Amino acid sequence: MPADIYLNVAISGLLTGLVYGLMALGLSVIFGVVRVVNFAHGEMMTIAMYLAVVLFAHFGLDPLVMMLPIAAVLFGVGYVLQLTVINPFISRPEHSQFMLMVAMAIIIVNSLLMIFGPDAQSVQVSYSFDSFAIGRLIVDATKLYAGLAAILVAAALFAFFKFAPLGKAIRACADNYTGALVVGLDVKRLYALSFGLGAACVGAAGAIIVLIVDVTPPLGPAYTLLAFVIVIVGGLGSMPGALLGGVLIGLTEAMAGLFFTPSAKSMFAFAILVLVLLFRPQGIMGKRLT
Amino acid sequence: MIARLLHGVPRHALVLLAVVLAILVAAPVFANDYLLTVLIIILYFAYIGQAWNILMGFAGQLSLGHALYVGLGAYTTAALYVHFGIGPWLGMPVAILISVACGAVIGFLAFRFGVGGVYFAILTIAFCEFTRIGFDHFDWVGGSSGLFLPVANYTRNDLLNLRGQPVMFYYVILALTAGAFVMCHALLRSRVGYYWQAIREDELAARSLGINTFRYKMIAIIISSGMTAPAGVFYAFYYNNLFPEQTFFILRSIEIILGPIIGGIGTLFGPVIGAFLLTGLSEALQELLTAYGLDTPGAKRVFYGVCLLFVVMVLPHGIWPPIARLLRLGRRETPEA
Repeated sequence: MPADIYLNVAISGLLTGLVYGLMALGLSVIFGVVRVVNFAHGEMMTIAMYLAVVLFAHFGLDPLVMMLPIAAVLFGVGYVLQLTVINPFISRPEHSQFMLMVAMAIIIVNSLLMIFGPDAQSVQVSYSFDSFAIGRLIVDATKLYAGLAAILVAAALFAFFKFAPLGKAIRACADNYTGALVVGLDVKRLYALSFGLGAACVGAAGAIIVLIVDVTPPLGPAYTLLAFVIVIVGGLGSMPGALLGGVLIGLTEAMAGLFFTPSAKSMFAFAILVLVLLFRPQGIMGKRLT
Repeated sequence: MIARLLHGVPRHALVLLAVVLAILVAAPVFANDYLLTVLIIILYFAYIGQAWNILMGFAGQLSLGHALYVGLGAYTTAALYVHFGIGPWLGMPVAILISVACGAVIGFLAFRFGVGGVYFAILTIAFCEFTRIGFDHFDWVGGSSGLFLPVANYTRNDLLNLRGQPVMFYYVILALTAGAFVMCHALLRSRVGYYWQAIREDELAARSLGINTFRYKMIAIIISSGMTAPAGVFYAFYYNNLFPEQTFFILRSIEIILGPIIGGIGTLFGPVIGAFLLTGLSEALQELLTAYGLDTPGAKRVFYGVCLLFVVMVLPHGIWPPIARLLRLGRRETPEA
């Protein structure tokens, strides 16, 4: 009997972790290519979450259906941001970029607070309380759909980077900036594209996660931290690493919630982060840093 | 000693400094209660900014977890006072010791294993978050429901126990800030200070010149964390309540570093000017929004963010370097971060 509980919690953590992984994937793409640490990542996620909530509340649109349109909106936001505001900061020192992103994060969080107020908002879809019984296991329908959607988006992104000429061009930019310039790639536009793609990932993840999590403005900074933890655990700049890190952190949080108290769950995520930073600073899947 | 401190400082800089100090010392005479409170907040941020600046501005290590040292300082002295009746000045050495121990552990782990840049920043956040959650479940200091210092309406100022009226707190924080300023000035032109700047500019080059970078980065984090703890002591006794959610919150750490970054990283005046501007801006916005009836939650911070964005975009090195050039000050300072 208890074994079932552990397995159920593990599966639920794993599915949530996949959505975390998709969010972190966005951060990883942005850092891997543009080399800017997006400290407004979680805040962008909350924008997507509120979009999904509003679309559901006013038009009854299912967040999973709206996942792609929301991702498209976030893509636009990311593209324009990179082209206008962030691009001049590419060559500036880290703390300068950090300040820029923090300023944006402050603007986003508080704009959301002004518009939506501090109360938590959620989406209650018709299948909110459905679950599937597989043998003796019970899996929440929302979490299953969320996990599957996250895998789908991630797979599409992998395919893009692997096969599409544009994806290959972006990888070339990430590998060698000067080389990319020399062979005539429009690096500035590719950077904007990458930031847009990262933002789109976060947009999709945000649309998905409203099925599982209620949204409040302060969730933004919390997700930014979470995304960083995941990406560093998985390996900064490594795309499979981000997914793996997401699953790992999702599992850890679920297990910590079961064995200890849910309020202590992020402590374990941070403990993993500290261990990884000390013993494998490049992350589980990351390349060795010079 | 004093002659060495003053060596190479332009005379008009000294005059300017003396005037500023005189104004600050005389401030309680003409300032009303509100202005005094604002000045206290400004000096408080100037002090911590100065302490943070040692690690980031001088030695080039970006810490995003300085709320940890503030919180530890605050909680240590407050707990000693509440549980054992030990006054803040006696508690302060203990607080500094604990902060330094914590800073040393973080520094040792990070610098020994070659964790730097963004990774170091995340590590500091991680430790701060770790502590926050830990304190949430630490019942001896009140856990998540908070730790409160006994408050009464004090007619006379008890400097020994830091219980009293705002004027007393004002002079305490002014003394701390002035002390920090002088100390940073001395540090910046000491041997250690030059080693730090070498590490900041190019760590590899510094190491190949024979500087033990591990050792000097350790010294930086130890001094910086130790210097931050007294700010926590002040915080605890000035505000009289402590909550892990607030004290160790990531935004606290960010608040701390905004001043020095806006003012100018690695400069002596940066943290001071930054604190003046940011707190002033924040208060002015509050007044303005209230006057126009726009005082919805979040509105002030949106404007604050926009101003921040503007400053970062227009003045990459902060506000102080151009001012310094204008006034022909800071002959031997290196504003470049």
